[in-house]
Amino acid sequence: MATDTSGEHISPDKLEAAGMCVDSNGGAIGMPQLCPDWMGNQIFWLVITLVVIFLILSRVALPRIAAILAERQGTITNDLAEAENLKARAVEAEDAYNQALADARTEALRIAAEAKAEIQAELNVAIEKADAEIAAKAAESEKAIAGIRAGALDSIREVATDTAAEIVGALGGKSDASAIADAVEDRMKG
Amino acid sequence: MADEAHGAADEGGLVFHPMDQFIVKPLFGGDTVGLFTVTNVTLWMALAVLAIFALLVISTSKRAIVPGRGQSIAELAYGFIYKMVEDVAGKDATPYFPYIMTLFMFIVCSNFLGLLPMSFTTTSHIAVTAIMAMAVFLTVTVLGFVKHGVGFLSLFWISAAPLPLRPVLALIEIISYFVRPISHSIRLAGNMMAGHAVIKVFAGFAAVTLIAPVSVLAITAIYALEVLVSFIQAYVFAILTCVYLKDALHPHH
Amino acid sequence: MEGDIVQMGAYIGAGLACTGMGGAAVGVGHVVGNYLSGALRNPSAAAGQTATMFIGIAFSEALGIFSFLVALLLMFAV
Repeated sequence: MATDTSGEHISPDKLEAAGMCVDSNGGAIGMPQLCPDWMGNQIFWLVITLVVIFLILSRVALPRIAAILAERQGTITNDLAEAENLKARAVEAEDAYNQALADARTEALRIAAEAKAEIQAELNVAIEKADAEIAAKAAESEKAIAGIRAGALDSIREVATDTAAEIVGALGGKSDASAIADAVEDRMKG
Repeated sequence: MADEAHGAADEGGLVFHPMDQFIVKPLFGGDTVGLFTVTNVTLWMALAVLAIFALLVISTSKRAIVPGRGQSIAELAYGFIYKMVEDVAGKDATPYFPYIMTLFMFIVCSNFLGLLPMSFTTTSHIAVTAIMAMAVFLTVTVLGFVKHGVGFLSLFWISAAPLPLRPVLALIEIISYFVRPISHSIRLAGNMMAGHAVIKVFAGFAAVTLIAPVSVLAITAIYALEVLVSFIQAYVFAILTCVYLKDALHPHH
Repeated sequence: MEGDIVQMGAYIGAGLACTGMGGAAVGVGHVVGNYLSGALRNPSAAAGQTATMFIGIAFSEALGIFSFLVALLLMFAV
């Protein structure tokens, strides 16, 4: 292309001053990459640069970044542990709440059962009392009825005996008191 | 970096100087580039160091538990490379993590800084990438022999293959092993150089009024591709380093 | 005149060398396409193979870069 490989119209003094790789106008002769004059300089500065970079990295930058990453990892682990802890505590609290709830329920059941039993007992007592009263009343009534019945039989017997003695007297018989009494008794039984 | 005026004086019309952006120049006057001369290489490498410092040190200075933007990027880069080393090279390769991180951060910062207009791309020079690739190659080879002694050579002797095939495979393996630093370095430098040169060529087309809009669109598209390539090449360089490291640590297939 | 012919040859060679980049393009496309079809069949295994895909891309792309390099060398360094 525009590069002059022959280097014919370059003045010798210029060539001397600029070295073999640059023409009089400052353009490149051939590939600058292959110019041997510049290689030593590049290598020298490259070695210095690499050593400086290596020192910066190995002494300062990499340990620091590693420390930051480790610290972050530690923080994350701690936070996770903390979260785990909080979660456990929440579970614990929930358990306690459930326990309290269950306790309260049992207590309520117990109280209800107790009240029920009490009421039942009172009821039983009242029923017994009422039964006894009723029984007493019934017995009393029975006795009164029996009395009345006995009274009625005696009266009937008396009337029948009297009547029978009167009838026997009227018919001209001789009234035998004991026979009449036996007959009345006989009839009464029949 | 090219001095655009000089080409026009030469030939007039459509001129390309796609390679002028790779010229190494002394920063403070003078023409010669000696070993210790402060050049644009120095400048852009220093900027890369500053960028790394800002990204990984300044942004993490608060050590926040809930990271801000800068700290997130630093942590992301750290986690990305650390996971890659662990996954590809194995858990016992983590002591070498700072080396790989150094290479990755330098390459990725240089690549991205090189995408700034008028900048100089240090990683587009084979001298730079070859030194890094050779360093990786030599380190890995020495490490393999130190860790496994002669047993490291079992890397080339594939016991899973049938016996008659093994010498052939060993030859191929040895060749591919020694091609590693070459392909490792040229891949990165070639990608960077190619992308920048293509952008420069399209920039040359922009001088022609008729096709200027197309050229500008093409520059935009290639620039976007280059942003992607910049990252991917740094990633590939790092991941291949991890693969080579894995071979050194576990040579038995 | 002789230099011009050499230069012409170098440029023609550079153009021919660039055809190698097409092969790299085919290779990279093949790698990514197969990765994608595999990933769509078994998405859960895809994440673990991304690194392998990039290694494959890098290897096949390197050869394209080599041909590009040969082209550049012919243009600028011969």
